[in-house]
Amino acid sequence: MSDSENHLRLDRVTMAFGERPVFEELSCSFAAGNISVILGGSGSGKSTILRLIGGLIQPVAGKIFVDGEEITDLRERQLRAVRQKLGMLFQGGALLDSLTVFDNLALPLREHTDLGESAISECVHEHLDAVGLSDVDTLLPNQLSGGMRKRVALARAIIRDPLILLCDEPFSGLDPISTRQVEALLVELNQRSGITIVIVSHHVDSTMRMAGRIMILLPDTVVTGTREELQHHTDPRVKAFLTADRNDPDDLIHAVERRPGAQL
Amino acid sequence: MLSFLATLGARSTIFVQEIGRVTVFAAGLSGEIFRRPIRIRRFVDEVFYLGVLSLIIICVCGLAVGAVLGLQGYNTLERFGATDSLGTVVGLSLIRELGPVLTALLTTGRAGSATTAEIGTMVATEQLDGLRMMSINPLHFVVMPKALAMIFVMPLLSALFIVCGIAGGYLVGVHWGVDPGSYITGLESGVTFRDDIAGSFLKALCFGVLVGLIATYRGYTCKPTSQGVSSATTATVVEASVSILIFDYFITALWGV
Repeated sequence: MSDSENHLRLDRVTMAFGERPVFEELSCSFAAGNISVILGGSGSGKSTILRLIGGLIQPVAGKIFVDGEEITDLRERQLRAVRQKLGMLFQGGALLDSLTVFDNLALPLREHTDLGESAISECVHEHLDAVGLSDVDTLLPNQLSGGMRKRVALARAIIRDPLILLCDEPFSGLDPISTRQVEALLVELNQRSGITIVIVSHHVDSTMRMAGRIMILLPDTVVTGTREELQHHTDPRVKAFLTADRNDPDDLIHAVERRPGAQL
Repeated sequence: MLSFLATLGARSTIFVQEIGRVTVFAAGLSGEIFRRPIRIRRFVDEVFYLGVLSLIIICVCGLAVGAVLGLQGYNTLERFGATDSLGTVVGLSLIRELGPVLTALLTTGRAGSATTAEIGTMVATEQLDGLRMMSINPLHFVVMPKALAMIFVMPLLSALFIVCGIAGGYLVGVHWGVDPGSYITGLESGVTFRDDIAGSFLKALCFGVLVGLIATYRGYTCKPTSQGVSSATTATVVEASVSILIFDYFITALWGV
């Protein structure tokens, strides 16, 4: 595979938290400039993949490559250089609750650029406008709703135009209009600057609208493909996953249980 | 008997490992002190939260302890007809021992536990991971200003506690008939700068390092759950309080402070 197809790569990665295994010998890659979505059941290790790519946790075995560089054994200081290429939207937002929304967004600019305060202010307001929150800059994170916090966190994640954006459940807690707004923002960002986006989501409808490639973590295997490929996939669990929003939940359970060794 | 020894061995191993981890953490933290950018603004904010917001409790407790010392001292000295020495007794007790120790214990309860809880909550809500992903070292951005502020405010709070204590002793002593001039003169003649004041300052500084280190370490390494934060906060109060009392003995024994 070419470098652009291996912008992010996990090579036979095994992960466990203490005695509890998360996945074994997982190999996958994410192409440059693509929007990839990781689907999977709760506890299947979707968020863990993002944290491994960000170097926040170490795998038990295997190698992880970010933009062609192996990060598996890097020290914290070396990882900081790699993370300059990354932006990450955490599931809970991870905004600093002692700083205002403005200061949260301004923080990475103040830390890593030589921009003056007026340029920083302009940049912060531009990004807040982009996520539809132009009038919350003076508020503290705990004065925002969950959905607003998530949008502020997204604005912070993209404020330094990262090469790669990792999004952990970007649509959870959002109303339908905000969901569409965030979707549009991510697609626009991807098309405008060619940013590589990896999204972990349970939101199948959004996934089907925006994903270039989809990866589904099943209990015994990983299925990868485009939307069209997965819609015609022979594994009933894949179909069950992609139509879960519209089907009876019991059907999904039965679909997964039909496979030997599979478990929810 | 064997199981007791096995438990003792396991506990000892855990204790030694923990000491090792604290030492590595302290070394990492020391390295961050001289790294740029210098976070003056965050340091000043922490001095406000840890120091300024502790002023009332320190003043009230200082006054109360001084008043009790004045009363106890007066009752005891009166038996020997030496009530003129009340200033010396109250001053030396507060400066050499009670001021630094009680201030450290009070600060552990108020500011130390708050520091652990704040950092622990940041761990539990992924705020520190958020900083890491922005290529910002949380040790430098969050932990170092808090630890430095604790070291900075401890001697100042201790000094304030001592001043309030001396005032409390003065008010009670004068109320019971001690001559105000004798109280102040006894204080002036009994207290030396090098042995007493500087020693007291040194003690408070050591306690500041101790509380700052334990509070930040416990918060930084706590489990990312509400129970984890709660356990870390409790551990801070217990470990810091016990350490203060043990170190107090050794500082006194080794340096005669």
